[in-house]
Amino acid sequence: MTLQKVKGTPVALEGDRAVAEAMRQMNPDVVAAYPITPQTEIVMRFSDFVASGEVETEFIPVESEHASMSACIGACAAGGRVQTASAGAGIALMWEVLWVASGSRLPIVMHVVNRSLSAPLNIHCDHSDSMGMRDAGWIQLYDEDVQEVYDNAIQVVRIAEHPDVLLPALHALDGFILGHSVERLELLPDEAVQEFIGTYTSAYPLLDVDHPVTYGPMDLQDYFFEHKRQQAEAMVHALDVVAQVGDEYGQLTGRYHGLIEGYRLEDADYVTVALGSTVGTAKTAVDQMRDEGIKVGLLKVRCFRPFPATAVARALGDKKAIAVLDRSLSFGAQVNPLCLEVIAALSTHGFAPKLVNYVYGLGGRDTVPAQICDIYQELIRIDSDGITGPILRYVAVRD
Amino acid sequence: MFKDLIKLDRLPTSWCPGCGLGQIMIQLAMVMDGLGLNHTNSTVISGVGCTGRLAGYMNVDGIYTLHGRTLPVAEAVKLVSPDLKVIVVSGDGDLASIGGNHLLHAARRNPDLTVLCNNNNVYGLTGGQAGPTTPRNTKTVSTPAGATYDPVNLQNLMKAGARYFYAKTTVYHQLHLRNCIKEAIAWPGFAFVDITCHCIENNGRRLGFNSAYEMLQHFRRTYKRAPDGAETLGPDEIGIVRQG
Ligand SMILES: Cc1ncc(C[n+]2csc(CCOP(=O)(O)OP(=O)(O)O)c2C)c(N)n1
Ligand code: SF4
Repeated sequence: MTLQKVKGTPVALEGDRAVAEAMRQMNPDVVAAYPITPQTEIVMRFSDFVASGEVETEFIPVESEHASMSACIGACAAGGRVQTASAGAGIALMWEVLWVASGSRLPIVMHVVNRSLSAPLNIHCDHSDSMGMRDAGWIQLYDEDVQEVYDNAIQVVRIAEHPDVLLPALHALDGFILGHSVERLELLPDEAVQEFIGTYTSAYPLLDVDHPVTYGPMDLQDYFFEHKRQQAEAMVHALDVVAQVGDEYGQLTGRYHGLIEGYRLEDADYVTVALGSTVGTAKTAVDQMRDEGIKVGLLKVRCFRPFPATAVARALGDKKAIAVLDRSLSFGAQVNPLCLEVIAALSTHGFAPKLVNYVYGLGGRDTVPAQICDIYQELIRIDSDGITGPILRYVAVRD
Repeated sequence: MFKDLIKLDRLPTSWCPGCGLGQIMIQLAMVMDGLGLNHTNSTVISGVGCTGRLAGYMNVDGIYTLHGRTLPVAEAVKLVSPDLKVIVVSGDGDLASIGGNHLLHAARRNPDLTVLCNNNNVYGLTGGQAGPTTPRNTKTVSTPAGATYDPVNLQNLMKAGARYFYAKTTVYHQLHLRNCIKEAIAWPGFAFVDITCHCIENNGRRLGFNSAYEMLQHFRRTYKRAPDGAETLGPDEIGIVRQG
């Protein structure tokens, strides 16, 4: 299918508002959510659309996130198109329910506004919340800027509901950095969004009395394992679907989003790998270094679950030195979530470039281009000395 | 001096000008001062929210728990240190919504805790969304067309068990508020003080009040003291009901 490009309307919105606009245009059947900074703006704005009748959505103002994800499960099993939004502790509180969503193959969509996890209490951005649920069976896309916040908010619906996938999906925007920052973006016309996502027909809705179903029944040694295997296969299928939906969306908008995206990467010797808004910061650093004639580049990982290992390995295999930037800590691990995946991708494809892992920006600590330039300088040193040193490092933190 | 119980170097607080939380803190400090309660014998435990900040401004050790988990944390502190006076200060959302399950069970187990509930009818900190105590039809940021449900009846919840202490008061009625806090601290069990308070910035203005003063005057006009010995408080009555 080839789609006709449509003209967008330029607007200036914060990331949270961009999500709310996308939700208005998608008009889901049910939204169940509980307020939490820095996500609250999404649901507040969406409540206006519910009150003014601009959407037909049933909005369920639940008493906690445990309840919001549970309500999503009920609504989605009943056959609805269902969305929620959350952040930080809210996602942590959803924990057991997240696995029910994926295990029941319910294509629920969550707009995640990244926030750190307590304690100590901090409302600012890091990826501990979404990385904390990386094994929960949810598709995960990360947004680079507010335009991509909007674009991914729409695409995840198509990805989740694809018959080869049928898994819950989230896209994550960096709290405050994207959620509360105004940027220019283009909105599609309402009809174009509705046409793009189409209508959702659940294959196994409740109350189809001729085809009764039970969600989440007891499943022991006999079949549990097979069902988990199917979930894993669905994740593999999602790789193609993410790429295909990104392609179709590109035809519609001129903005093509793939599983990964290189920036001045092809001829680069020294490369950083990042996801989320830091990709934009790193691009500035790349340009600065390139102006000095140093061959640096950047690999953006847009799709973290499923992890596009082959594409990542091909993009990075021949590089002289690589730094993977992680905005979350896996305490006690040798390296952190993104780096672990990158190393596994490289090694399973027969590559072993020099590589280090930098943890940055926990609890919203500012990350600026100069810090990333320093990382490139360190990669150059590692390459020339041949000494990698400690693999795990930290950016801008007191000892 | 009651001021010794407040970290004066942390003032001004992060609360909005005119917020009733300052009154609750001052009255609590005055009662504690009068009873000889301080950092050597008391702790203040709070949840997350505007109210939750109160613990951080008091000159006693405290725990800033997760949103909703205030009561189990406080109960466990009391269990491990039975000699400590354990005072919980938290929002109506924290206690009755996300922590509602704990409220039922803490009341049932009846530990010796004093709970001050800042009842401002909304989730204040996150911007004034409708919560469990929001009266039906109230316009809030999450219910622009009016709240759909009836609010939870905290008095009935607290009186569900055989033993209870429920006080209802307001930040306008300061002597009454002080007395309720004093009686609650003296009560040898789970004592719940439901304090009607104004969130001027994220609720009051939307309801048409121009200032915190107007909200306080509204409390003055609305709430009357319940007759002595009342077993149940009417919706507009302040007082204490208890059974030991
Ligand atoms: C698990 C979790 N969900 C949501 C939040 C966001 N949050 C912080 S305070 C709050 C509500 C505050 O309302 P209330 O408890 O009534 O206290 P107030 O601010 O009105 O004093 C919410 C929803 C959180 N911190 N943790
Ligand atoms: S938002 Fe409301 S409850 Fe919070 S400090 Fe301001 S007035 Fe008080």
